[in-house]
Amino acid sequence: MAVVASETPFHVLAVDDSLPDRKLIERLLKTSSFQVTTVDSGSKALQFLGIHDDDASTVSVHAHQLDVAVNLIITDYCMPGMTGYDLLKKIKESSSLRDIPVVIMSSENIPSRINRCLEEGADEFFLKPVQLSDMSKLKPHILKSRCREHYEQEQQHQQSDSNSNDCSSPTNMSSSSDSSRKRKAEDNEEILPQKNRPRHS
Amino acid sequence: MSAANQLAALIANMFATGLLDDQFQQLQMLQDPSAPNFVSEVVTLFCHDGERIIGELAKLLDKPTVDFDRVDAFVHQLKGSSASVGALKVKNTCIQFREFCQQKSKDGCLKTLETVRINFYELRGKFQTMLQLERQVNGFPPNN
Repeated sequence: MAVVASETPFHVLAVDDSLPDRKLIERLLKTSSFQVTTVDSGSKALQFLGIHDDDASTVSVHAHQLDVAVNLIITDYCMPGMTGYDLLKKIKESSSLRDIPVVIMSSENIPSRINRCLEEGADEFFLKPVQLSDMSKLKPHILKSRCREHYEQEQQHQQSDSNSNDCSSPTNMSSSSDSSRKRKAEDNEEILPQKNRPRHS
Repeated sequence: MSAANQLAALIANMFATGLLDDQFQQLQMLQDPSAPNFVSEVVTLFCHDGERIIGELAKLLDKPTVDFDRVDAFVHQLKGSSASVGALKVKNTCIQFREFCQQKSKDGCLKTLETVRINFYELRGKFQTMLQLERQVNGFPPNN
């Protein structure tokens, strides 16, 4: 039978250099039924995600990281060293990570900062202190990215099916699906649906 | 007065005198049987963090040439964590402090550091009493 995806707890990676703030965001996320990992810097976040700073553009996810699917990244903007914005850019530059939704948090309401983040691909911007009501904005972004992922998976399966036939089957044979298939070949370490299988209870 | 009543009165007083704001209530609402010590944990982290930051600020402002960017960065941190725990008075003092950093006024910074220190330690003292009373309410004897 089909697995009900909503029963699987989503896993959020929270990044914040402030200890009290980390405690708070962790509690907010757990209260909202997310599984949470917190780290105190952008470089630790990248490490956790299996990417090293210097080769963020290379497909280099370590094998053991494949079991730790991250469904959303929420990060503070102002951090020493790598800012939340820098982290966002690295994530979007990575072929294996770029589809993970990213939310930026900041205590400062600076429109140009907010726009810059959204333009760089952030899905949402939260003003600190983050509230419980903000948590309900997270799931839609996760579901949206998973729908995209499933669609791409289906595209790939349809492609390999139709390739094994002599006659062309009524599948999408446009150039856009060719490029998505090519991208899929590069991204074969991308989070596959089975990684988000329900936890054993 | 029972410990529970003392605790309620203390917290009410902290709200009434502007030491705490709504955000502290948010923290209280996040505490439940699955996280029974959440408030005391966050408050304790804030107190340690605040003390550390005030120490760094004192060091930076003690130099003959002050690096106002670094001072501002620390004040920003303290402002952030005070906002997160609902420490209204400390947060507002940090806002003033940042203005003196922008103006690169060593005098202004030193004076405001003193105010931050006074406000922070006032808050910390009350937080410590709060945590003690909470322990009593939960059935632990008062610490001596």
